[in-house]
Amino acid sequence: MSNPALRQPVGLKILSNGFLGFWCFVAAFPILWIGFMSFKTPFDAFDSNPFRVILGPHTRETIGGLSFADIVIGVAVAWFLVRQAIRWLPGKVEEHSPSGNATLGWLIGGSVYALGTLLIFVVALPAALSVINPVIGPLGANIVGLTTEHYEAVWIDRGFTRNFANSMIVTTGVVTVSLTVGTLAGYGLARSDSLIAFWLLVAALVFRALPHSVLVSGYLPYFITSAEWLAPVFGKAAPTLYGKPWAIIAVLVAINQPFTIWMLRSFFLNIPRELDEAARVDGCSHLGAFRRVIVPVMWPGVITTGLFSFLLAYNDFLVTSLLLDAQNMTMVPAIANMFNRETTASDEVQAIAAAVSITAPLFFLVLVFQRQIVAGLTAGAVKG
Amino acid sequence: MKRKTFLLFVGPSVFMMVLFIAAPLLSVLWQSFHVTQPVYERVEVETCTPGLLGSVCETSLKTRPILDESGKILTETAFVGFQSYRNVLEPEKLRAALKAGSWHEIMNIRFWSALRFTLVFTVLTLPLVLGTGFLIALAVNNTLQRIKGPVIFVSLLPFIITPVIGALSIRWLFIGDGILTAGLEWWLQKDIAMFAQAWTIELMIYIYRVWHVAPFAFVVFYAGLQTVNKDAVEAAIIDGATRWQRLRYVIVPHLMPLVIFLTLIHLMDAYRVFEEIVGFSASAHVISLQWLTYEFLLQDGTGARAISRASASAILTMIGIAVLLGPPLRRVWREQGRGGTLV
Repeated sequence: MSNPALRQPVGLKILSNGFLGFWCFVAAFPILWIGFMSFKTPFDAFDSNPFRVILGPHTRETIGGLSFADIVIGVAVAWFLVRQAIRWLPGKVEEHSPSGNATLGWLIGGSVYALGTLLIFVVALPAALSVINPVIGPLGANIVGLTTEHYEAVWIDRGFTRNFANSMIVTTGVVTVSLTVGTLAGYGLARSDSLIAFWLLVAALVFRALPHSVLVSGYLPYFITSAEWLAPVFGKAAPTLYGKPWAIIAVLVAINQPFTIWMLRSFFLNIPRELDEAARVDGCSHLGAFRRVIVPVMWPGVITTGLFSFLLAYNDFLVTSLLLDAQNMTMVPAIANMFNRETTASDEVQAIAAAVSITAPLFFLVLVFQRQIVAGLTAGAVKG
Repeated sequence: MKRKTFLLFVGPSVFMMVLFIAAPLLSVLWQSFHVTQPVYERVEVETCTPGLLGSVCETSLKTRPILDESGKILTETAFVGFQSYRNVLEPEKLRAALKAGSWHEIMNIRFWSALRFTLVFTVLTLPLVLGTGFLIALAVNNTLQRIKGPVIFVSLLPFIITPVIGALSIRWLFIGDGILTAGLEWWLQKDIAMFAQAWTIELMIYIYRVWHVAPFAFVVFYAGLQTVNKDAVEAAIIDGATRWQRLRYVIVPHLMPLVIFLTLIHLMDAYRVFEEIVGFSASAHVISLQWLTYEFLLQDGTGARAISRASASAILTMIGIAVLLGPPLRRVWREQGRGGTLV
């Protein structure tokens, strides 16, 4: 703001920043709050005094909690680990990954690092602090109540691990298939000026507007009876599509296609045509040019689109709840069953713990991919 | 690109869309005019009970489903015309309610109350989402460079969260003596039950949707603000435009295409409102069109699903979105012209 005429009066600045602070509070509050509630006994979690929800006196007395030393050391270790992840990890990954295959290197490096972090927080820190706390007097006394019993109940007793695995199967499948199919189509659409391409995009836009319940009403009867009408083709081995994760993957990929091809097309339009034309002059076929020239430079767009495919599959309730059976249920419909059946306050806190468990991966997703998500949100808009 | 290569590239994607979007649409249309039911037969059953003078026998007519040789219930599919649509729309009840002039009676018919809610929801949240998003974009644009990143991070959280979970997280703030209900009670000095009547639930659904989608409008507007022509703003300053006039006559017109884009997306998405009904367990008080279809698709007490009625309700939902999106789409169409400029 070098231009003095653009300088703003103090009142406006205060107003604007005050509003921003208020918005940030509103945006984060519900998520933060269920985070607090999930670590407390029902008695504290549903207290009408906010300080009792945060500090959890009842939890502290009945179960236990964190001391001042726990909090300080925990925050310090977390801070150190995050810094290491940003400063030290990328170099290590680059050093050790096989040449030209950084994705694999990141996958392995990232999981090892995440596992290490988990071990430090679940095993090493509690062990160390249980030795330190009794020695340091008042600093070692519990001040904040905290219990992980609801998480244990959800993940171990209620079999949420299976729902988690199902979610992972469905999302991985959707992202992989959706990107493979969508990348080819997006590239084709970006490089064609024909009338078919135009009408295909219009059709995709119309499909984008369809409520998903319309499509599910179309699938459901056929999915349930598929063993009968597929019998002429597959004989006795004809599968019942209802309840099968791979059938859901196909459905979600198709539902997501209109959005995927529009987004990938807009990314491919940004890659200059001259690039693949040059490759074609050098004797490549269209597919060859795509593989050798376009694939190496398309990853930013593909990663962004992949994030949105992931979100669609991960967040879906309507399709998964109607087309999957209890055995193959993903996390989101599973939690809906959980809170519908809730009878005691303890059940309700367990549902909250499950909700926090579902939200945590998304939180880290935004943390890591914030730039790509913003790029994706604006990709369709700014260019019209 | 040659037509053949082009078809090769788009082939898999088109195949999936035809198989899983276009074909189901046709089948939904067909299902909405047909009903599949078990075939029943009426049989005379004689039941005898021993009495004083020999046994007393009674014959009665009973209906029972016919089984085929493998023991499955035999079903038949019949063309029923618009019967399923009538079952969903309930025109007789509607006519009676209209004659009586009772709004309450109309809202007792599930389809009409779902339509009412869906339309009010779509229209009412639109300006709120656009306005909130725009205000946040202006405020972020105004603030220190250093805190922009964290602010965008926090703002994305409500948008990225699973819709059902987001609705649940708001519900837990209000349910029973939840923290916000307690706060409201303390402030207004009276007893409040947010889940006891329809209008408070509806209010929470509106609030939730604005909280959930405003970040999207914010990010789009914020990106648009970065492309405002600085020279135009400076020229306006030289001409003596006040801050408000610059906003009104330079910045807002520049963002107009984005407003249209966001409006289209919002109409599509808000019309599909569904997860809120699940998250707030609102189905006894407030339902949406998608929820109506969902409800028909769920198994009832006997394990049957009302496929035909679900299909009719789905087709009606689709007609609704076509009517809703028609005018804005036609406008975009006219402004952009045909062909090449569709980017």
